[in-house]
Amino acid sequence: MKSRRKLNQTSFLLMVTIVLFIVMYVIGCILFSDQGFAKTQNFLNLFISNAGLIVIGIGMTVVMITGGIDISVGSFVAMGCMMLAWMMERGGIGAVPSVLIVLATGIMFGLVQGFLVAYMDIQPFIVTLAGMFFARGMTAIISKDMISITNETFMAWAKIKVYLPFGGYVNKKGVMIYPYIYPTVVIALILLVIAFIMLKYTKFGRSIYAVGGNEQSALMMGLDVRKVKLKAYVLDGFLCGIGSVLFCLNTLGGFVEQAKGFEMDAIASAVIGGTLLTGGVGNVIGTLFGVLIKATIEAFITFQGTLSSWWTRITIAALLCFFIVLQSVLAMVKKKK
Amino acid sequence: MNKSLKNITSQRLFLPIFCLALVLLINLFTRPDFFSIEIRDGVLYGFLIDIINRASELVILAVGMTLVVSASAGTDISVGAIMAVSAAVCCNILTGGERAATAYANPLILGFIAALVVGALIGCFNGFLVAKLEIQPMVATLIMFTAGRGIAQLITDGQITYVRVDSYKILGSSFPGFPVPAPFIISIIVVLLTLLLLKKTALGMYIQAVGINKKASSLTGIKSVLIIFLAYAFCGLCSGLSGLIASSRIYSADANNIGLNMELDAILAVAIGGNSLGGGKFSIAGSVIGAYTIQALTTTLYAMHVSSDQIPVYKAIVVVIIVTLQSSGFARWRKALAQKKESNTAEKGAA
Repeated sequence: MKSRRKLNQTSFLLMVTIVLFIVMYVIGCILFSDQGFAKTQNFLNLFISNAGLIVIGIGMTVVMITGGIDISVGSFVAMGCMMLAWMMERGGIGAVPSVLIVLATGIMFGLVQGFLVAYMDIQPFIVTLAGMFFARGMTAIISKDMISITNETFMAWAKIKVYLPFGGYVNKKGVMIYPYIYPTVVIALILLVIAFIMLKYTKFGRSIYAVGGNEQSALMMGLDVRKVKLKAYVLDGFLCGIGSVLFCLNTLGGFVEQAKGFEMDAIASAVIGGTLLTGGVGNVIGTLFGVLIKATIEAFITFQGTLSSWWTRITIAALLCFFIVLQSVLAMVKKKK
Repeated sequence: MNKSLKNITSQRLFLPIFCLALVLLINLFTRPDFFSIEIRDGVLYGFLIDIINRASELVILAVGMTLVVSASAGTDISVGAIMAVSAAVCCNILTGGERAATAYANPLILGFIAALVVGALIGCFNGFLVAKLEIQPMVATLIMFTAGRGIAQLITDGQITYVRVDSYKILGSSFPGFPVPAPFIISIIVVLLTLLLLKKTALGMYIQAVGINKKASSLTGIKSVLIIFLAYAFCGLCSGLSGLIASSRIYSADANNIGLNMELDAILAVAIGGNSLGGGKFSIAGSVIGAYTIQALTTTLYAMHVSSDQIPVYKAIVVVIIVTLQSSGFARWRKALAQKKESNTAEKGAA
């Protein structure tokens, strides 16, 4: 009975997030109906411009469920993009090996951070803070100038369009135009499904929840808490690697200031999606909707045209505030029961 | 001899001081002129002076952050954003809403007070969320972290607001006829006042008690909620003051860059100072030393001609080393090693 009530509470938070997203989107459709906000393509653009964030949000969610946090992701994305750009443009390395090297770097990065957190007992915040400094500085060491990617294979990947068989419309010339997405979105959504299944149904996924929920009990249950944490950070690092490749396919270049504040976007998305920073509670589907809400706010501001960019931050902060207070009120009500 | 060495190394402040000394020692070999201090135009000048001058904002932030960390076992990541807001408020009041001014539109003191009040108010907001609504500190302060720079840009219309009046620059340079940098004096006053407040009243003990066990201290009659709230409000006030100094240095309010990444440095200063980020016991002196260590490191790297973009790499490496040395995981490993050695020698003795 008790576990059912808890389930209800977390699914309630998820419901709130989803409903809020739908409400915001409908408002957008009504406000900007003449500018084509309601077009299927516009909806898909939310995914296209945030494929990298979705993947990184998944990693962030996993780490946050263990009770940790990773604030190095933004800098890592900058470093990943810069590595890709440098290897392909200056290093003469092909697109495939470059991508593999970035993925390997992600795993290495996760391994080191995970080791320091799990086996050295240093607070995740401090470890990933150092990781953040390291990755951002490394980006500057690789190159201080912006490098644009011109590699043919990589450009070809970036240009592939996957057309959807539905939702098309007839344009002025009478040609049927179908909405499209990029492979990046497909990859992100596949990873999302895998992560969802992994968290819910595999031993590793459940031990992540157990460690985050109560480390002591997890230990007594016979779980190797340190190993689970290490694995979570390695997974997070790997997802960061993938995320930065997807991000790079979108921006096609590397520069030092890239993806600044990205880590906070990822954390905010996870929190809006109902993941608790104390660990033990979280869901990647919620994170997806957190990302979509952020994307919708940005779309609002683009469509509106006269609003300044800082309104994005203020609106996201207001939303964060709303969700956080809601979470805490729910927790208090539960406690009183 | 061994015992006295152990006594020294087991001191709370040993590691922080050791780290600072090590950073300074490196300079002794790489740049002998690092320690020279001279007087130019009636103001002290030199690398060392630069360190204690530039570290001032960080020291003030670290003091506030220490109390927050101790009382709530969490970090306030909004301090950098609060600095930007308070600077924006102050400059906007002084210019009377213009984007640049060569004379005050309002009295200087009004701008200062408004900036401090705004800082404290944002701190109160954070404190309310953390203490009353029991939200995890990082999440609660994430709100102001995200919104802060947006609000600062809103106030300054997204532009840099300049106050081109000489008296506005005093706070960030030096008091006329006094050779010591003004930020340093202010930071020392803040540290001393805080220490006085904590030692002369029971406040310091209350904060530690709440940090160690909130529920237990509530049962003994300490108003835990109020203590945590006050810690955040104080941290906000400190951030407001830092914002003023930072703004006075460049006699303008730059919403995007004032206090950028300062929250990270402040948290690092607390951690390097040997304070547990898990709350409880704290040492203001440790945090202050931590702040100077970070600044010494930065200045050292500048002196070695490392560009500002690349500094974070070295900072990260040093931080990881320092924090690992202080970590319980490392202590466990060292203990295991010592035990092995002991049993080895015991075996040898038996044989």
